[in-house]
Formats: sequence, structure tokens, C-alpha cells
Amino acid sequence: MASTVRAYRRVIGSRLRAQATYRLSFTVELCAQVIAGGLELVTILAVFHNTTSLGGFGRNDVLLMYGLATFGFGLADLAVSQLNHLGELIRTGKFDVLLVRPLGTLGQVLTLDVQLRRLGRAAIGFATLLFALSVADISWSMAKLALLVVAPLAGAVIFSSVWVAACSICFWLVDGREFANSVTYGSSMFNSYPINIFSAWLRRLMAFVVPGAFVAYYPALVLLERTDPLGLPGWLGWTSPLVAVAATAVAGGVWRFAVRHYRGTGS
Amino acid sequence: MSLIEARDLRRTFTLRRKVGRFRRQRHEVVAVEDVSFAIEAGETVGYVGPNGAGKSTTIKMLTGILVPTGGFVRVCGLEPAARRRELAGRIGVVFGQRSQLWWDLPLLESFDLLRDIFRVPRAAHADRLDECVELLEMGPFLHTPVRQLSLGQRMRGEVTAALLHGPRLLVLDEPTIGLDLESKVRLRRFLARLNAERGTTLLLTTHDLDDIETLCRRLVVIDHGRVLADGPLAGLRAEVARERTLVVDLERPVPPLELPGARVAHVENDGSRQHLVFDRERLTAAALITAVAERAPVHDVSVLEPEIADVIRRLYELRESRALPVVDR
Ligand SMILES: Nc1ncnc2c1ncn2[C@@H]1O[C@H](COP(=O)(O)OP(=O)(O)OP(=O)(O)O)[C@@H](O)[C@H]1O
Ligand SMILES: [Mg+2]
Repeated sequence: MASTVRAYRRVIGSRLRAQATYRLSFTVELCAQVIAGGLELVTILAVFHNTTSLGGFGRNDVLLMYGLATFGFGLADLAVSQLNHLGELIRTGKFDVLLVRPLGTLGQVLTLDVQLRRLGRAAIGFATLLFALSVADISWSMAKLALLVVAPLAGAVIFSSVWVAACSICFWLVDGREFANSVTYGSSMFNSYPINIFSAWLRRLMAFVVPGAFVAYYPALVLLERTDPLGLPGWLGWTSPLVAVAATAVAGGVWRFAVRHYRGTGS
Repeated sequence: MSLIEARDLRRTFTLRRKVGRFRRQRHEVVAVEDVSFAIEAGETVGYVGPNGAGKSTTIKMLTGILVPTGGFVRVCGLEPAARRRELAGRIGVVFGQRSQLWWDLPLLESFDLLRDIFRVPRAAHADRLDECVELLEMGPFLHTPVRQLSLGQRMRGEVTAALLHGPRLLVLDEPTIGLDLESKVRLRRFLARLNAERGTTLLLTTHDLDDIETLCRRLVVIDHGRVLADGPLAGLRAEVARERTLVVDLERPVPPLELPGARVAHVENDGSRQHLVFDRERLTAAALITAVAERAPVHDVSVLEPEIADVIRRLYELRESRALPVVDR
């Protein structure tokens, strides 16, 4: 176990060193990420310029949900964005090489490269979260503070699991990435807003099948001491770590199943 | 216990083919149909067959990359796909067509990283690395990023990478593909020594008969996913491919040469180049050249060894006529 951690630490270290040579492009791309994130934020603010409530939630409430979701998603993006290359690894047969090393395949894919520029998205999420907390009307308790720390982490784990499970389709479909992206980015977008504004079937799918509602919506309800307009019990907000554990287990199972279906290439 | 044991090993691929505009038809490619063999520690085995015979697919099942569709397989006593990570620590794998190194790292750093990944004690790693660097003459480019290495240099790096954890078995899929003659010779010499001194078992696929000749004491031939022949190289070669071709370039065109012990297989340039097939057990190339020179002034000569494909074709013919004891359980 310790030696596995050491191996990954060395792999990640070597990736970071290799990246240090591309400092300019790092800066440019980081800025691009921050700007893209900023634009999303402006969209929300623009919506609230014309209306005072979305599904019964005010601007500050929505900002809190958006901050929680985006911070969690940003952390997940940092951790698992290398899955974007999975389709190519499989198509070209380079995945073969990962299978003849004494490490797990998922860990190896995730550490193929470390893109620090992806910090941009997490940074936007974190900044929004801080801002939302400063303007939100929350009566703090120790339990709520703990939830505030745990929720984005659990959110990151939930998003990462969704990502891993969705990307596993690449083992069967040549352009599985399109599908995977629509699930992951779609779920991120969905979770940035109060879920009751979406239609019922989409809500059920995105909230519970893809357990995205546990990333931001339910924890935010707890923090704000609001009851769920959809009538589900308030304690759901506290369950996000459990959901994260369950999501990890499911994603791990899906991944292992998928790897057994790896076919390689004919040449 | 055998180091490698395969029984009735089988692997199919299901393909979906478009028929018409929307319909898709499934059809099945049988890459490995029914392969059985056992390899003992210390052996050197050439695994050969024409393109698409199923060599790489077999290798992938032995190394845990592909899950077999059917049959039994054990390598180092382990079921490869189920115990993949454990197996990876015990065997070395080299793919001629794929790199296991990090293209943006200097060669030496790739080796360092592998030491951590394979959990090799520092001293053992240093010893093995020193030996490989010396024997494969890698000193001059140890600090060069892998992407800047020539193919020959990179292959030496690949082989080293597969050996740093001290595997008992080295599996190589077309290790000499694309290499120039000198690089091939160097690599063969290195592998032969590895087997002789360390007792490392070698299993390799190749299309180069010289690889087989210099490295392998045993040959397993497959075609269409089935084992055609399995036995000591010396025996198979003598039995199956005793014929050589002498290509002579003559000073002037002559009619096809009729010489005892040789037949003309092919004539070029109106007869100024002729391909003479002879049995090397009955006639030496030197004797044949002398005989040719008596008929016409000789400009140049060369001897063609039988291609691996010819050996395999002959094996096929012999199998049809049941002249060869074919391993085909
Ligand atoms: N991933 C795959 N999908 C579909 N068909 C495959 C796949 N891998 C192999 N095949 C098919 O299986 C057969 C055997 O392929 P394999 O790569 O094992 O041959 P080989 O003996 O290594 O040939 P070569 O000498 O050309 O490398 C071929 O018909 C090939 O097209
Ligand atoms: Mg092959």
C-alpha cells in the first residue's frame, strides 16, 4: 500500500516536472479557464437581473449551490480529466502497456498527466463559494461547518465517480467520449441550479441515478435550513459522504467490468 | 510445473458490420481457435505464423491484457487476467510496436520511475541497469528524452525497461521489427546471453527467420489460430525447409541452366539473372556456383534463405499429407 502511494507520487512528480517546461501555455490556459468559469457566473447574475427567484430560491441561494457544485466539479476535473484521453488510449491500443504494470489501470490513466491549469475551474468555484457564504443568510453551527468542508469533497468524489462510470463506455464505443462528456458536463450544469426548476424525469435521472443532487442541492438546503420544495426529507443533505462512498463502489465495479472487455487492436 | 501452460486457448472478437443503411450485422472473428502448448523454465521459443495468425492475441492472453474467450491458461502458476498485477511483477513484456517508456522523460528517468512502479530494491535495480547499459551500449543516450531516440536506441531502452524487475520470463512481440541489421544482431546477442547466463525464459514472435535461428531452440508455428507444428527448431528446419535459392547474375543472358541437383525457379532479364533452387543437404552453394561458372561467366551471386512463410507453407503441405507429426491437440 505504502509502496503504491510512493509509486503514484513519483509518477505525478514526474508529470509536474515535465509540465514545468510549458509555463507560458500553462498561464494562458489557466486564464482561459478562469474566464470561462467567470462567464458562467455572469450568466447566473444576468438571470437574477430579470427575476428575483429561481424555483423559490433567491440569488444568494443559487450562488451557494453554484459555488458548491462548481468547486466540487473543479476538484473532480483536476483529478479525473485524464479520462478524456481514455478513448484514444483504447483505440490506439496503448492501454496494453498499462495492463502489464503492477498498478491499477484507473490510477494509471488518471496520472498519465496532471494538468494544473485545471485548477482554474476549482478556483472559480471556490471564490464563488466564499462570496456566496459571505452574503448568504446562514446561522452557523459546528455541524454545518463540518458539512461545508465535507460537501465539496464528497461532491468531487461523486462527480469523479460519475465520470469514471460514464467513460467506461469507451471500452465498447469508439466515440464514447461524446456520451461521457454529455453526462458529466450535463450533470455539472444541472447541479449548479436548484433542481426543482427542471422537469421531473430529468430531475429523477440527474439527481438520483447520477447522484448529482447530493453534490450541492441537498447540502445547500441544510446550510440554508430550507425545506425541499419537492418534499424530500431534510436529512438527505447530510448523506452526501455516504452517497460518495456508494458512488465510488459502483464506479469501481463498472470500471473493472469494462476493463475485462478491453479488446485491444488487431495490429 | 510449466512456466507457461495453455490448453485449448480461444479468443474471438465480435465485430459489427454495417449492412444497408441502418442495420448492423454481428459477425465473429476467431483470432485464436484452439491453442495448446507448455513452455518450461529456461526455454527459448519462437512463436511464428503469417500476419493475422493469432500470435499477438495469444501473447495478450498470456500477459493478462486480454481475457480469453475459452480454455485454460497459466503463466508462472497464475491465471493472467485475474492475477494481472501480480503477474506483471514476475514477467517482462516488450512490444515492438508500442512504447512502455515516457516520451517526455530522459531514458534514465523512465527507468527510475519503473523502479518505483515495480517496487525494485535500489541495489538490485542499479545492478541490472548497469549491466543492461553496458551490454546494450546505452551510455551515450541515457539522458536523452525518449522522444528523441532512434528506433534502435529506443528498443534497447524498451528491453531494459522490461528486465529491471528481474523477470524469469520475457515475452517479446516482434522485438526486431523495423531495426537495421546491426541493431538486430546486438539485440539477439543480448537476449541469447540473458537466456544462457540468467536462465531467463524467452518467448518471442517475429517475422524474421534469423531471429529464430539465432535465438530459439524451439518453434511453435500457428496459422488461423491453430498450432500447426511445435518442436525443436533444428528438426523442423531440416525436415521442412532444406531448400535454398541461389540467385546468380550472369555476364550475359543464357537459356535456363540445367544443372544436376538444382532446378530453375525463376528467370529475369532474358536469362541473365536466374533463381536456382537446391537442397542444401545434397549440394553446397559453392559447388553449385562452380557448376554455374562452367556454363557462363558469373557476375554476382546471393543465397536466399527460405522465408518464414515458405517454411510455414511447407508445414501446411506436409500436414495435409500427414508426413509430419503435428502437435494439434
Ligand atoms: N481488437 C481486435 N478487434 C478485432 N479483430 C481483432 C482484434 N485483435 C485481433 N483481431 C483479429 O484477430 C486475428 C489475429 O490477430 P493477431 O494480431 O493476433 O495476429 P498476429 O499473428 O499477431 O499477426 P501479425 O503478424 O500481423 O502481427 C486477425 O484476424 C485480427 O484481425
Ligand atoms: Mg502481431
